[in-house]
Amino acid sequence: MLALEKLKKAPDGKIDKNKPESQGISVFSHRHTGVLDVKKIFSRPKSLKDVPFHYCPGCGHSVIHRLVCEVIDELGIQDRTIGVPPAGCAVLAYNYFDLDMCEAPHGRAAAVATGIKRMLPDHVVFTYQGDGDIAAIGTAETIHAANRGERVTCIFVNNAVYGMTGGQMAPTTLPGQVTTTSPGGRKPLRDGNPLDLSAMLALAAGSVFIERTTVANPKGVNRTKKAIRKAFQAQLDDKGFSLVEVLSPCPTNWKMSPVDSITWVEETMSKIFPIQVIKDVA
Amino acid sequence: MSLKIIFSGFGGQGVLMMGYVLAYAGMNEDKHVTFLPSYGAEVRGGTANCTVVVSDEEIASPIASSPEFVVAMNYPSMVKYQNMVKSGGTMFLNSDLITEAPSREDINLCKAPVNTLAHDMGADRSLNMVMLGIVAATTGMVSKEALLQAIEKVLQGKKQSLIDMNQKALEAGMKYVADNQ
Amino acid sequence: MSAKTLMRGTHVLGEAAIRSGCRAYFGYPITPQNELPEYMASEFAKRSDGVFVQAESEIASINMVIGASATGARVMTSSSSPGVSLKQEGISYLAAMELPAVIVNMMRGGPGLGNIAPAQGDYFQATRGGGHGDYRVIVLSPAYGQEIADMTRQAVDQADKYRTPVMIRGDGMMGQMMEPVVFPEPIDPASLPVKEWALTGAKDRPSRIIRSLWLDPPKEEELNWRLMRKYEAITEEISDQEAYLCEDADIVIVAYGTAARIAKGAVHRVRSHGVKAGLYRPKTLWPFPGSLLASMSRDLDNIVVFEMSAGQMVEDVRLSVEGKCPVTFYGRPGGVVSTPEEISGVLTSVSAGKAKKSA
Repeated sequence: MLALEKLKKAPDGKIDKNKPESQGISVFSHRHTGVLDVKKIFSRPKSLKDVPFHYCPGCGHSVIHRLVCEVIDELGIQDRTIGVPPAGCAVLAYNYFDLDMCEAPHGRAAAVATGIKRMLPDHVVFTYQGDGDIAAIGTAETIHAANRGERVTCIFVNNAVYGMTGGQMAPTTLPGQVTTTSPGGRKPLRDGNPLDLSAMLALAAGSVFIERTTVANPKGVNRTKKAIRKAFQAQLDDKGFSLVEVLSPCPTNWKMSPVDSITWVEETMSKIFPIQVIKDVA
Repeated sequence: MSLKIIFSGFGGQGVLMMGYVLAYAGMNEDKHVTFLPSYGAEVRGGTANCTVVVSDEEIASPIASSPEFVVAMNYPSMVKYQNMVKSGGTMFLNSDLITEAPSREDINLCKAPVNTLAHDMGADRSLNMVMLGIVAATTGMVSKEALLQAIEKVLQGKKQSLIDMNQKALEAGMKYVADNQ
Repeated sequence: MSAKTLMRGTHVLGEAAIRSGCRAYFGYPITPQNELPEYMASEFAKRSDGVFVQAESEIASINMVIGASATGARVMTSSSSPGVSLKQEGISYLAAMELPAVIVNMMRGGPGLGNIAPAQGDYFQATRGGGHGDYRVIVLSPAYGQEIADMTRQAVDQADKYRTPVMIRGDGMMGQMMEPVVFPEPIDPASLPVKEWALTGAKDRPSRIIRSLWLDPPKEEELNWRLMRKYEAITEEISDQEAYLCEDADIVIVAYGTAARIAKGAVHRVRSHGVKAGLYRPKTLWPFPGSLLASMSRDLDNIVVFEMSAGQMVEDVRLSVEGKCPVTFYGRPGGVVSTPEEISGVLTSVSAGKAKKSA
């Protein structure tokens, strides 16, 4: 942060926090003319509100929020995009997305999105849901929205645990994974197996683009953004249902350090939920 | 005046259409009418019935617990409804399919071979309108003109020949009553 | 006004909704109301501006209603008792998010799967909120085909006016029965006032949020009080009833919907035998129109409450009358439809009991 402050100060020696430039990262290049040139390469996306996130340190939500907003900005669709947040850690997503947003009951985002999209077919409608929301209580709504080929996009944040309620077993919890409701580790014959919702959705004739990515590393972040962009594009092209499943660390409920949780995503979680394009017929 | 009638038979005999046409005719005469078809599980298994009330006053219940009139197009319907007919009321029986008589002395019977009558005029499927003509001529619930109009309205969009056939069948039923009085 | 036409109740609901500017219907099949979604599907298939979705469940359909309503559309869903139970979560959200919607319940015999015969066992569910939390739903109870048409218009208008879900409740008999109906003039949805809260994309305006969650208790309390003030206004403004032959009555029967028609028949019967009976028919079940009943109860010997249930509205009658007049309950739950003869017997014996007592 110190370096950033210095950089921001450099052009005129002052920091103006109200100027959008002051919220971004700028680089200086010294050209042969000797004049300092300022080129902005990083700033808050327009569709992301200028408020601090409430998410835990090391949580993937804030990165994913940002990626969604970057894509919305790049596609120039902020003024015709409507988002549907879940019940779960991202329940307050409407505090961050500077978009029209409609709350949904737990798991019902795909149905709410269907209602919105059917009335406003020229708009872009996306849901933002966790694994418990989309793959447990909302399984039926999601599968049927995909099957109907609803032109909506789901951002499915998979952290293998119920986060907001305090770390209970999720439909995506791995075998052996300890949660507050699987204290000795998830036992498949007792607790069931991790549900691969994305693979199930790929079977639906109405889905056109489904990819699983992660935000646990920079490469994954880049790939996630590309996937989100592709998913939105599939909707803009009126092709069908699209979804991006993002494996996302939850150090708090996994009871790990942020660094360990990144390793766990890369080495353990992605073995069960492989990073891959699951379906692409868009 | 408030008259209740149950039409009953099996599917394909046009039982619901009889009631519908009668109710429509009553409405065209600015009477209060209700038409209540059997529905749901009751219609599974091939039986059909409906209740029509035609009244000068507002209609309380559209259900007829003791109707003035019952039309039975087949034997099971006669058995089912014979005890419901109001004392002094009339039961209309399709004598082509019902050979036995109800076990009641206090009701009037009006037997007519409606299958045969319809067949003789080359309109097998219009047996329902033949029976409706008989009912109308006997009860005077609604006028002939209102019924003819109702048939036209109910069959709107269908072939004119079908409308003509049904209207003729209705008139044939009315004529049958006149001839047999 | 349309020409007089003979139409079944479920179709009347659909036609009246479309004529009231409703352009979206989401539902799931359940007897005895299937002719309503069928009607909407076929009518919306004929026009370019209608949306019909057969959802995978009643839960999904009510949530599609949430989404469509959030965009400002006039929207309807319908079901029958067990299906309406499934919709309750969404109805609670609609109330909290202050979204207009029309929900039809063609009630059947219950509890559980019950049967498809006409019944009135969902009165508590409809009038006490049904779902979780402090909220109310406007509940309209038509008794005649014409009233189904008129109340559908009323429901759609009131839902928008108060930004609240409105329930129309009937039963299988009312849904299947055909009666003559004259429809109101059609409304062009484009002519309706713009909803300044609707989600249409944040173009040239700040972004909007439709939500029910307020983590901060004082804010959630504020929402609750705002809702309560709205419900008080609704109670003040729309409570409605039919008081029939009540002016000189000694005994009044309170009944709604199908039961009220039967009760009216009974009133005529006993009047012809010299019993001065009247009918009090709530047309709004919530708000319950109790004030007129309360004011006339002083002059009555008896009130009889007749419901096609084991006794639910009777509680509202007793709360309204506050002991000023004896209240007797007579009910037939499970889908049994009483005859006017049966109810006139009840009126006669209750009124005879009173006569004996005062003699």
